[in-house]
Amino acid sequence: MALSGMRGLSVFISDIRNCQNKEQERLRVDKELGNVRTRFKNEKGLTPYEKKKYVWKMLYIYMLGYDVDFGHMEAVSLISAPKYPEKQVGYIVTSCLLNENHDFLRLAINTVRNDIIGRNETFQCLALTMVGNIGGREFAESLAPDVQKLLISSSYRPLVRKKAALCLLRLYRKNPDVVNIDGWADRMAQLLDERDLGVLTSSMSLLVALVSNHHDAYWSCLPKCVKILERLARNQDIPQEYTYYGIPSPWLQVKTMRVLQYFPTVEDPNTRRSLFEVLQRILMGTDVVKNVNKNNASHAVLFEALALVMHLDAEKEMMSQCVALLGKFIAVREPNIRYLGLENMTRMLMVTDVQDIIKRHQAQIITSLKDPDVSIRRRALDLLYGMCDVSNAKDIVEELLQYLSTADFAMREELSLKAAILAEKFAPDLSWYVDVILQLIDKAGDFVSDDIWFRVVQFVTNNEDLQPYAAAKAREYLDKPAIHETMVKVSAYIIGEFGHLLARRPGCSPKELFAVIHEKLPTVSTSTIPILLSTYAKIFMHTQPPDQELQNQIWAIFNKYESCIDVEIQQRAAEYLALSRRGEALVDILAEMPKFPERQSALIKKAEDTEVDTAEQSAIKLRAQQQTSNALVVTDQRPANGTPPANHQLGLVKIPNMSSNADHNSTDQGLSQENGTLNKVDPQTPSPDLLGDLLGPLAIEGPPGTAVQSHQTEIPGSGGDPNAVDATAIVPVGEEPNSVQPIGNIAERFHALCLKDSGVLYEDPNIQIGIKAEWRLHQGCLVLFLGNKNTSPLVSVQAVIMPPSHFKMELSLVPETIPPRAQVQCPLEVVNLRPSRDVAVLDFSYKFGHNMVNVKLRLPAVLNKFLQPIPVSAEEFFPQWRSLTGPPLKLQEVVRGVKPLPLAEMANLINSFRLMVCPGLDPNPNNLVASTTFYSESTRAMLCLARIETDPADRTQLRMTVASGDPTLTFELKEFIKEQIVNIPVAPRAPGPVPPAPPVAQPTSPAAALTDPGALLAGLL
Amino acid sequence: MIQFVLLISRQGKVRLTKWYSPYTQKERTKVLRELSGVILARGPKLCNFVEWREYKVVYKRYASLYFCMCIDQDDNELEVLEIIHHFVEILDRYFGSVCELDLIFNFHKAYYILDELLIAGELQESSKKTVARLIAAQDSLVETAKEQASSISNMIAQATK
Repeated sequence: MALSGMRGLSVFISDIRNCQNKEQERLRVDKELGNVRTRFKNEKGLTPYEKKKYVWKMLYIYMLGYDVDFGHMEAVSLISAPKYPEKQVGYIVTSCLLNENHDFLRLAINTVRNDIIGRNETFQCLALTMVGNIGGREFAESLAPDVQKLLISSSYRPLVRKKAALCLLRLYRKNPDVVNIDGWADRMAQLLDERDLGVLTSSMSLLVALVSNHHDAYWSCLPKCVKILERLARNQDIPQEYTYYGIPSPWLQVKTMRVLQYFPTVEDPNTRRSLFEVLQRILMGTDVVKNVNKNNASHAVLFEALALVMHLDAEKEMMSQCVALLGKFIAVREPNIRYLGLENMTRMLMVTDVQDIIKRHQAQIITSLKDPDVSIRRRALDLLYGMCDVSNAKDIVEELLQYLSTADFAMREELSLKAAILAEKFAPDLSWYVDVILQLIDKAGDFVSDDIWFRVVQFVTNNEDLQPYAAAKAREYLDKPAIHETMVKVSAYIIGEFGHLLARRPGCSPKELFAVIHEKLPTVSTSTIPILLSTYAKIFMHTQPPDQELQNQIWAIFNKYESCIDVEIQQRAAEYLALSRRGEALVDILAEMPKFPERQSALIKKAEDTEVDTAEQSAIKLRAQQQTSNALVVTDQRPANGTPPANHQLGLVKIPNMSSNADHNSTDQGLSQENGTLNKVDPQTPSPDLLGDLLGPLAIEGPPGTAVQSHQTEIPGSGGDPNAVDATAIVPVGEEPNSVQPIGNIAERFHALCLKDSGVLYEDPNIQIGIKAEWRLHQGCLVLFLGNKNTSPLVSVQAVIMPPSHFKMELSLVPETIPPRAQVQCPLEVVNLRPSRDVAVLDFSYKFGHNMVNVKLRLPAVLNKFLQPIPVSAEEFFPQWRSLTGPPLKLQEVVRGVKPLPLAEMANLINSFRLMVCPGLDPNPNNLVASTTFYSESTRAMLCLARIETDPADRTQLRMTVASGDPTLTFELKEFIKEQIVNIPVAPRAPGPVPPAPPVAQPTSPAAALTDPGALLAGLL
Repeated sequence: MIQFVLLISRQGKVRLTKWYSPYTQKERTKVLRELSGVILARGPKLCNFVEWREYKVVYKRYASLYFCMCIDQDDNELEVLEIIHHFVEILDRYFGSVCELDLIFNFHKAYYILDELLIAGELQESSKKTVARLIAAQDSLVETAKEQASSISNMIAQATK
C-alpha cells in the first residue's frame, strides 16, 4: 500500500479511519479544521509544502461530507504559485471544491489565462483541465480565442491539444457564441485529419456538440467522419494502444456515429454506400463473447450503429435486421443488453414503421415487466406504452393492471397514469374503459390522480348508453369492504347522477342506494363529504313517490352538517336543505348534468407536455417526439362523443387555438393544484356539482343547453378579462391543425412576472421568451431572451413594441434569424412618463417551417414596477394622510369579490406589489396600512399611502382608501390594487358587484370553484 | 456528457467525487445521499444502469467500491460503462493491483489520473499507455521540485552553520 507521500495527510487519514463512530470522526475533523484555520490565518509562516498539505486535508474533509466554508481562497491562490507541485494542487483542489458560479474563480481568470498563453506546457495542461472542468461564462468570453489557438496549432503537442479541444467544448456549452461558425467549420474539418487518436477523440466530442446545434455548417465534416469510421471498423492503421480488448477505440467509433446522427441525411451516394457497408458489418459482425468488457465495448458500438441506422431510415431489409437483433437482445440473460434492447426498441418504435414486427415480441416484453430489476421494468413499461394500439390495448392494459398490485410504489403513479391514458386512447368500447378505470382506482387508489376520475365522470356523463352500466358497476364496488376514498367519490357521484337508472334492479332502490353510500360517510375525509351530500340530494330528488323515512334521514344529515365547521360542507348542507323543502324547484336545480363540451383529455395533455419538456438534443429523439405528439393528437380526435365539437364552437373565431389554450390552462391549473400552490383553502375539495362549477357565472343566465354556447361565445368578446385576452392572443396565420400552441398559460406567466423580475414570458415548442428586468426609479431595463429550442433556425423573427402613451420604450435590434438552440438577448429600455395602468404589448412573430407564428404578449412593465416601498412611522403617516383630503387625491372604494385571504397573506400580497405594509399604524388589527413611492417623469418621486380595511366576517370584501399627491396616480394605483386582489380567475366577468344570483342556485363558494373538477378538466373554457 | 463521477464504498463512504456540472455543496450532499441509497441497495446480477431524475447513472462494483458516472438520458450507456473499466485499469496499472485503501490514502492521485482521462465530462484519452506516461511525467516533476527544494534548504543549512 502506498501512502500519500505527505506524512501529515496520511496521519490524518489514518486517524479518521480509526474513529469508532461518527461522533469521534466529527471531533477529529473539527480539530483538524480548527488547526487548518489557524494555520491559514497567519499565512506568512506557511511553506508551500504545508499549504499544499492543508489544502488536501480540506478536500478530504469536504469529501467526507463536512462543510468546508473557508480556505477556498488559499486553494485558489495556489494556482498562481510559481512551482509545479503547488500549482498542480491549486488547480485540482479548486476544481473540486468550487463550481463555476463561485466568485473566487473570477479572481483566478488572469492567472489562468497567463498559464494558457504561456510557454510552459505543463502549466497549460493544468489550466486547460481546470477551465474544461469548471469554467463558466466569464471564462468562455475571455479565454475561448486562446484555447482555439492551442487546439489548431500544430506546434503544440497532442497532450495540450486534446485538452484544448475539450476545454473549448466546455466553453462552447457555456456560451455558443464563442465559436464563430463561419471560420470554425473548416478548421474543424482539418482537425478530423488528425493522426493522434487522443486529439481526434477529444475533437470528435467537440464536433458532436457543434453539429447538434448547426449541422448545416459542418457538412464538410461528414465524409471525413465516414472515413474515420471505416478506418476504425476495419482496424486499419490503428495503433495497438488505442484498441480496447481488440476493438479499435470503441469510444471514438461511438462518437463518430453520434456526429453522423445529427445530419439529416447522407446525400452523396458513395459516402452513403461506404457508411452502410460499415454499418452492415457492425450489425452482422458483432457476436456475444465471454469477456465482459469486450462484449460491452462491441455492443456499445452496435447500439450506436442501430441508432444511426434508424436515423438514416435505411431500407426495409436493414431495418428488419435491426428489429430482429433487438428481438434477440430483449430475450438474453445479460441484463445490460436486455435493458438496452428494450430501450432501443422503444426508440425504434417511434422512428419507423415497424410496429407490427415489434408486436410479435409482446409476450417477451410483458415478461420483462416482471423482471427483478426495476430499471428493466421501467423500460418494459415504456415500451408497452409506446407499442399499444387498438389491436393490443386490451391485453396490454390488463397486464398493466395486473402488475399494478405488485409494482413498486415508486412506479405505481406512472403506471396508473399510463394505464388510464391507454384505456382512454384505445378503448374498443367505453364500458371497458369504465371497467379499467374503476379497477385502477380499486387497486391503486392512492396513486390515481383526480384527473383520472374526473375524466371517467366526464365520459359517463357524455354517453347515455354508458350510464346504466357505470351506475351498476359503481354499485358493485360499493358492496366491497374498505374501498378507497377515490372510489367512494366516483361511485357516489355516478350513483347520484345515474342511480335512478338502476331503479328496478335488486338492491338499487333509492333507500338501498342511500344506505350503501351513507355507510361510507364515517370513513371519508372532509373533501368527500360535499360529494356525498350532493348525492343524497340527488337520490332524494329521484325518490318518487317521496319516501318519508328516507326524507327524514337525509334531512337529518343536512341538519347536522348545516353547522359543520367546513364552509363548503356547511353551505351545501344548508342549501340542499332549503332546496329540498321547496319540492318542485329541486327538480330543476338538481337536474342531471348536461354533457361536457368535448375537450382534449387533461391526462393526455399532461403526458404530451412532459414529453415536450424533456427536449433532447439528438435528432432521433426530436423526431420521435414529433411523431408521438402527432399520434396523440390524431387519436384524441376519435372519442368525439356527445355533441360534435363544431356545433357548439361556431361562435369562435379560432377554434383550434381557443380550445387548446383552455386545455393548457386546465392542465396548468391541475398541476399547480396537485402541488397545492394554487389554493390552500381546501386543495382537495372537488365539488360534486360539476355543472355548477363548470359554468360558474352563467348557470343563472339560461338552461344548460344554451349556457354552453353562450359561455363559449362570450370569451372572445370580453375585453375586460385578461385571461380571455391572452387566450386569443395566439393568432397563427396558417390555419393548419397542428399550428404552434403555447406551452403553459400566458396569462399566468404574465401575472407572475408582474410580481417578480425574471421568468418566462412565453413558450411554445419552438421558442422560449424569457424576461429579466431591472427597475430604477422611473426607468427600467428589460432584457428579452429569445431562445430557439429547435435544431433548425427560426427565421423572419420580428418583435415590435406597442407602447402605451405613458411609456417611452426603445427595443434594441432583434435579429431576423435565431440560430438553432441559440439564445439572443434584446434589451428594452423603458421610461415611465406618468402614472397609468396601460400595458405595453410585444407583437412577436417568427416563421417555423411554413407556419407564421404571431403572438401578442403583454409586457410586465406595470405600474407597480415603478414603486419603491418605503417604511413610514406614525408621525410621518398621519399628517400626510390628513393633509390629503378626499377626492381626487384620496379615493375610497368598497371592493367585493376579493380573493379571500387571511390577513397575513393579504399583507404579503400587498407587499409583493411593492407597497410596504406598516404594521401597528392602524389601531384596528383588521386593517392594513401601506406606503410606497411612485416614480415617473411627471410626478417625480411621489409618496402614496393606502389603507385597506378588511372584514373578518367576510373576507371577500374590503374597503380600500388610496391617497397620493397626484389625482391620476391615486386613481390608477387604486385600480391597480383592485385588479390584483380581485380574484380574476373565478369570476372573470364580475369583478365588481357579486352576481345577483340567489345563493341557493349555486352551491359554489369561490374557494370550491377553484378546486372543482370542472376547472381541472376544462379550465376557463 | 458525464455530469459527475462518484466513488462510493459499500459502507456508503465517499472516496472520490468529481462534478462536471455546477452543483452547489448542498445539492452535492443531497445527490450523494440519494444515489448511494439507490445504488448500494441494488442486488447483484442486475443491469448496470439506474434511471435517476432526468439522468441515468451507470455504475459498476469493483470489490468494495462502486464506481458511478451520471450521464444524459440519450448517452451511450455501455460506452460509459467501459470508461469506468478503463479508469479502473489505469488505476490498477498505476498502483499495481489497486485496492480501496490505495485510493483512500492517495485520493489526490486518483484525481490526477481522472483529470487525464476525462475533461468536461468527456473522454479525453483512450490509451492507457499515454495516460500512464503523462502521470509518470507529473510525478517526476513533483519529485524534481522536491529535490531542488531540499537541496536548497541543505545549502541554506550549510551556509548558516
